[in-house]
Amino acid sequence: MSEYLLEMKKITKSFPGVKALTDVDFQLKAGEVHALLGENGAGKSTLIKVLGGIYIAEEGEIFIEGQPVEIQNVADARANGISIIHQELVLVPHMTVAENIFLGRELMGPFGIDSGKMRKESQKMLDRFNLGIDAGELVGNLSIAQQQMVEIVKAISFNCKILVMDEPTSSISDREVEALFDIMRGLAKQGVGIVYISHKMSELDEVCDRVTVLRDGYYVGTCVVKETPRDELIHMMVGRELSSYYVRDHVDNTKVIFRCDHIDDGKSSKKRVKDVSFEVKQGEIVGFAGLVGAGRSETMQCIFGLTPGSAGEVWLDGQKLNIKNAVDAMNAGIAMVPENRKVEGLYHVQSVNFNSTIEVLKEFIRHLHVDSNKERAITQEFVDKMKTKTPSLEQTVTNLSGGNQQKVMIGRWLATKPRILILDEPTRGVDVGAKAEIYDIMNELTKQGVSIIMISSELPEIINMSDRVYVMYDGRITGCINWQDLSQEAIMKLATEETAGE
Amino acid sequence: MKAIKKYFTDNLGIIIALVAMILFLYIFPTTHNTFLTQKNIFNVLRQSAPNMMLACGMTMVIILGGIDLSVGSIIAMSGVLGAAAVVWWGLPEICGILIAILSGLIFGLLNGMVIALTQIPPFIVTLASMNIAKGIAYVYSGGKPIRCMTDAWKFLGAGYVGPIPTPVITMLLVFVIGVLVLNRTQMGRHIYAVGGNDTAAKFSGISVAKVKFFVYSFSGLMAGLAGITIASRLYSGTCTSGDGAEMDAIAAVVVGGTSMSGGSGKLGGTLIGVLIIGILNNGLNLMGVNSDWQYIIKGAVILLAVYVDFLRSTKKSK
Repeated sequence: MSEYLLEMKKITKSFPGVKALTDVDFQLKAGEVHALLGENGAGKSTLIKVLGGIYIAEEGEIFIEGQPVEIQNVADARANGISIIHQELVLVPHMTVAENIFLGRELMGPFGIDSGKMRKESQKMLDRFNLGIDAGELVGNLSIAQQQMVEIVKAISFNCKILVMDEPTSSISDREVEALFDIMRGLAKQGVGIVYISHKMSELDEVCDRVTVLRDGYYVGTCVVKETPRDELIHMMVGRELSSYYVRDHVDNTKVIFRCDHIDDGKSSKKRVKDVSFEVKQGEIVGFAGLVGAGRSETMQCIFGLTPGSAGEVWLDGQKLNIKNAVDAMNAGIAMVPENRKVEGLYHVQSVNFNSTIEVLKEFIRHLHVDSNKERAITQEFVDKMKTKTPSLEQTVTNLSGGNQQKVMIGRWLATKPRILILDEPTRGVDVGAKAEIYDIMNELTKQGVSIIMISSELPEIINMSDRVYVMYDGRITGCINWQDLSQEAIMKLATEETAGE
Repeated sequence: MKAIKKYFTDNLGIIIALVAMILFLYIFPTTHNTFLTQKNIFNVLRQSAPNMMLACGMTMVIILGGIDLSVGSIIAMSGVLGAAAVVWWGLPEICGILIAILSGLIFGLLNGMVIALTQIPPFIVTLASMNIAKGIAYVYSGGKPIRCMTDAWKFLGAGYVGPIPTPVITMLLVFVIGVLVLNRTQMGRHIYAVGGNDTAAKFSGISVAKVKFFVYSFSGLMAGLAGITIASRLYSGTCTSGDGAEMDAIAAVVVGGTSMSGGSGKLGGTLIGVLIIGILNNGLNLMGVNSDWQYIIKGAVILLAVYVDFLRSTKKSK
């Protein structure tokens, strides 16, 4: 019996024009949680897809419990006890939890499908993890985190020995993350080997035993998480020293230029914004912290004119703004880069050019005349300013990496020359290198007098970049902290129920 | 010059298909003497004109990620109403023509309003209005053609401006207007944006409802224009004209390379799509192919044209 549950040796995989993996090694022990780390495009997903039978490697061998195995398709992978939970959930929303768990291998009774038995079996599995999920519930009614739990239960019901999770925490709140980690630890104790892919360094210490780093399709190294300082991991990932990861020259005592009073979303049920008031000084970065669902994005959408029926007053430079829709907000000098760029931001099939200039069409389209030179000049200006890496301005935006897509998005709104820039989760799904560049650009912007409102769920980002932080809980602001007094504890105290009862 | 080159490389697949069809019909013995004559070329263009009008609106609708099934029925309705206005109400021809076009526009506005203000899928909305328009045509005409033979009436569909048939001129005008709207206006960009990602469009401050309203109205207007053109050429408003026309328009748009999932597409491709379908109809008639068989051949050619384009685009994306 081999020391390793899974061994991948010298895996090489190329796509037309790119070598995605070159001689990559990976070893997984039974009962460990093993992080796979790397920037976007480092080859993590490709390696996982080779393991899952979605891609077939040109070279290399895979051993499971010391035995060489051939994985030619998804069924082979499953037969070898490999289960992969992809970033995009693949459950059927209109079916119940039980039906999803048994999808494709339904239990049959004498009169066809035996729903009762499937439901009972599923409930047993769910209860083993104390999930509090009813097997008869429709999957569409569950939260994203609960759906993730169902995916895990489904994977385990295949008797999997190797569980791969691709960025499972990217869309769930901190408390749900805790529950997920508990389950992962429980599974590892039962001898399952877990491969864990994540961008969030902070999660490594909490749940992972060892970590393997990939860079540009090459294997960089494997180390024990507890014995490796974070700087070294970042160095391994990026391949260069990031001298100053967070760049922030704090400002104090500038004048207040932007003020929001008594913002309220005007909804009678599922109210997410309740009497929110705050102010922003010139050149400041104001952080908005809180749990997922605290109402931060919703507040900004009210201010930006996207929520019909919302109430409250917005003042800029001592003038009261009358914002009825997003165009009014933009004309007033407010820009907002939304939270979810895939859904709320990108025009996927269109070019970088189209995506960069959609807000400023009237600068180059007039009287049935399109000034293409001007259009390209605008795009080029912000591609340069944001240091976006794109082969050409005509490149389809989907083909860019997450970091570069985000830069196109920020550039698009910078083109409107905003005085107030709202960034909602500006570095979600963005790799370390691009993150540092985005922080750098934010710092530059504030020097030019732009004020930034940054919503973020990553506490290190909030703590290191903000001049002041407002914390929200359940639709209300529960406190404001200056940068000198910022700490994780101070924010979390305000972001959870402890103080909210007052 | 660069634009022309780009046009050829973008549409290479269907241009090859078009040229191959023309060559085949030129070489084929029974059509050798008739196909490439001035008379027949104008004939093809005249027959294709209504489809070009519909396809113009349909291209925008499909770029928007929607569908408009009502245009075929609007042809019947607008033709019947226009002819009735002239023959039964005794109005001058120009009024009949305007009434026909206006009736198409009104249906477009209604489609646009419902689609813009509710979440009902365009397929359902236009399926309903398709039936309503068809019904109006039947009820109002009593199922019989309303004949109208005056020269003024015939001008729009059967007449000539110099040597060129009037509908060919209308068709080119419509095409140019469509190209200008899609490529040279903010509305054009907004259509691509809403079709590509309507949530993102909302966050960009684009009025999604306004864009939808405009596009479906335009499609209705085009259907009204096509309706009066056909009624003029048939010398009558007939409740059976325009049957299945929406399918020819959709076929032309798809053959022209516009994606059914929205967000991308060009009118230049649609023009070629319309010509392919027009020449196919004309060629099969010249060759004396039985009209029952024509359906099967037409279906196969459409599938082939789209498949060739699919092969090209998958190759490109690799």
